[in-house]
Amino acid sequence: MATTDAGLASDAHEQPGHGHSDHGHGDHDHPSYLAHHFDTPEQQFDSGKLGMWLFLVTEVLFFSGMFCAYAIFRAWRPEVFEGCSQFLNTKLGAINTGVLLFSSFTMAWGVRCAQKEQHKLLTVMLATTLSCATVFLGVKAIEYSHKWHLGLLPAGLFSYDPSNPHPVGGPNYLAYICAPFVAITIGVAIWLVVSFLRGAKFQLECAKPLLVVCLCFFVGVGLGTILESGGEEGHHEDDHAVVASTDGAAPEHGEAHSHADGDEHAEHEEPAAEAVASLPAAGAMSNDSADLAVLERLATDATNTGLQDELAARKAQSERSSGGILYDVSDDASATVASAPENVLRPSRAGVFFSIYYCMTGIHAIHILAGIGVLVWLLVRSIRMDFNRNYFGPVDYVGLYWHIVDMIWIYLFPLMYLIR
Amino acid sequence: MSAHENAQEGYDFAHPLPLPLLAGTFLVLTLLTVLTVAQASFNFGSLDVLIVMVIATIKAVLVGAIFMHLAWDKPFNIICFIGSFVFVGLFIMATLFDSRQTAKDDIPVTDDAVVSAPAEL
Repeated sequence: MATTDAGLASDAHEQPGHGHSDHGHGDHDHPSYLAHHFDTPEQQFDSGKLGMWLFLVTEVLFFSGMFCAYAIFRAWRPEVFEGCSQFLNTKLGAINTGVLLFSSFTMAWGVRCAQKEQHKLLTVMLATTLSCATVFLGVKAIEYSHKWHLGLLPAGLFSYDPSNPHPVGGPNYLAYICAPFVAITIGVAIWLVVSFLRGAKFQLECAKPLLVVCLCFFVGVGLGTILESGGEEGHHEDDHAVVASTDGAAPEHGEAHSHADGDEHAEHEEPAAEAVASLPAAGAMSNDSADLAVLERLATDATNTGLQDELAARKAQSERSSGGILYDVSDDASATVASAPENVLRPSRAGVFFSIYYCMTGIHAIHILAGIGVLVWLLVRSIRMDFNRNYFGPVDYVGLYWHIVDMIWIYLFPLMYLIR
Repeated sequence: MSAHENAQEGYDFAHPLPLPLLAGTFLVLTLLTVLTVAQASFNFGSLDVLIVMVIATIKAVLVGAIFMHLAWDKPFNIICFIGSFVFVGLFIMATLFDSRQTAKDDIPVTDDAVVSAPAEL
């Protein structure tokens, strides 16, 4: 049969006895990779691809809701986004962008390998893509745990305090995030050893790249740790603010903040203020801060302009000394206690930024996890040499999904990390 | 030769992209990322968002056209995908217009403690 050499890929597969006219109704009439309700592999591929594109359309629309929320809140309070964006580490974001772009490249290369039946190279490409995905998650784990530790949490949980930016204690969030990955890595390592001892060749072939993929998560964590400790200019400024508090100028920084809510809440915040004041580093300013609480209460009286001016001056001084994390646009005329709540770091406002940040990057990370799932499936199939030049659909479809996840990050990165 | 003549319809439809094209695309994407990060250190005022979005869109088009094969794909797939962005644009623009119109109805929250009270409980 002359027709059979036309492209019916690997000899391992059944050959279609007849051409186009005879669609297979039995298992003997079509290659094993061709579902019996399709006439040709091309028809099968195009159908699958259309389905994938429609799914991607729903993905785009799904993410658009979150981008819309972002647009509304940013249009509403641009200064909050500008101020809060300073807390995101641009280096980590940029590294993750690069890692994701590279994984997109290896994925596209993988599709090419599947089409050209380069089985070994396809496995390598899929494993590289997977490794990039876990590096991405590792860096993300550092980013998240660092922010949770500082109390940079979504609205309602937001507890960041500029006067005490590094709260002691609290759970080790990084350990919690890493725990499942440690468990999976140990599991894969055991699987590798067992399959080696039992001489299960195929399982060994699967476990080897998967172990590398798992270990890459910790490479990402290490990379994130190095960059996080190297970057973060903002936090050094915070440290500076705490050190500067000995001269009595900075403490009201946090307090003006908490007391500004009004009289009745000033009473509420009193214990917190005492707690801050009783810290060893801030010991010198305990008198000062008690005075300030009284000053603030007096200054709420609109007629007491002298005190208001003094308070505004102190606030401006503390802002200057802390490096301007608090982005306050108020000028001298409007710098009253009433305008203090306009602060960027007000929990209800900064919290909304972090709500959007966690929602968007978190759902993006969930998509990465889902991508890892399907890529592992592809990896196993590629080791089994399932794909050939007439059957590379699954690689192509997963590739499309992977690229759209990358595309979303391409928009997320500048919108979140690069607001100036 | 006979393989050519007898090539079955619906087989051998794969269109592998040349490796230099893929590598070149990756390189351009990386350069554009560097450019995005670099521009953030300059102050372009209100043009900032625009510049960033234009660069991101160039990157998205590159990923879509080359990595996702759209440049060689069936027109219907392209229409579906581009169409989704048209609707996203409509959605976001309409919501922003609405948000701007009703911004004056905003009830100012002057008392933050009320908003954050549940968190402290």
